[in-house]
Amino acid sequence: MSPFLVFVAGGLLLAAAMCLLRIGRGPTAPDRTVAIDILGTLMAGFCCLLAIWTGQDFYMSIAIAWSLVSFIGTIALAKYLEGRQYDE
Amino acid sequence: MSETIAQWIIGVGLMFDLLGCLGLVRLPDVYNRLQAGTKCVTLGTCMIMFGTFLYGVAALDRPQMAVQALLCAVFVLLTSPVAAHAIARGAYRAGARLWEGSVIDRLGEDLHGVRPPAERAEPADQPAAVHHFTESES
Repeated sequence: MSPFLVFVAGGLLLAAAMCLLRIGRGPTAPDRTVAIDILGTLMAGFCCLLAIWTGQDFYMSIAIAWSLVSFIGTIALAKYLEGRQYDE
Repeated sequence: MSETIAQWIIGVGLMFDLLGCLGLVRLPDVYNRLQAGTKCVTLGTCMIMFGTFLYGVAALDRPQMAVQALLCAVFVLLTSPVAAHAIARGAYRAGARLWEGSVIDRLGEDLHGVRPPAERAEPADQPAAVHHFTESES
């Protein structure tokens, strides 16, 4: 548990808090969608930090799965915003 | 030595993440927020993953973790612009308004044929392609 990793983890949590502020305060639905997408990418980076911190390999698998699932969810939300059908 | 390089790369990536999220909070428009957030957070997270790759190769001696970090960076680099494009298109179709200071709207021109006033005027120095009738022809 080096102090550098604690510093980086605190910075990433601060960035995630700013994303949560935009999710709570965003006036329209696209603002919230943008913030959710960015929050997913940030959490994939945080999983990389956990992998360094603990030395375990499976956190990187969590990061890969998280980024892909976040991508699919963002595409689904964008299609919903566009007002089309999902099978198009 | 390589651990120091990895720490510098992770630190710069953290700085990009923080500035991108600050832009997400501060900017006035959906499209501006999307631009600031997506670009900066993609670059910052990819730098954090590349630093994880360097850690896994040099400091921790875990090659599986290093390869998975590179793979994750490639995935983020491929999927994030596609997601941002889809969000921007969906937001425009959903009717999200542009900021009042925006100067150009190319997608609106393509969809509705609305051109900004600066481009609506005809160019002045074009030669007139109109045939002028004279008195004898009429």
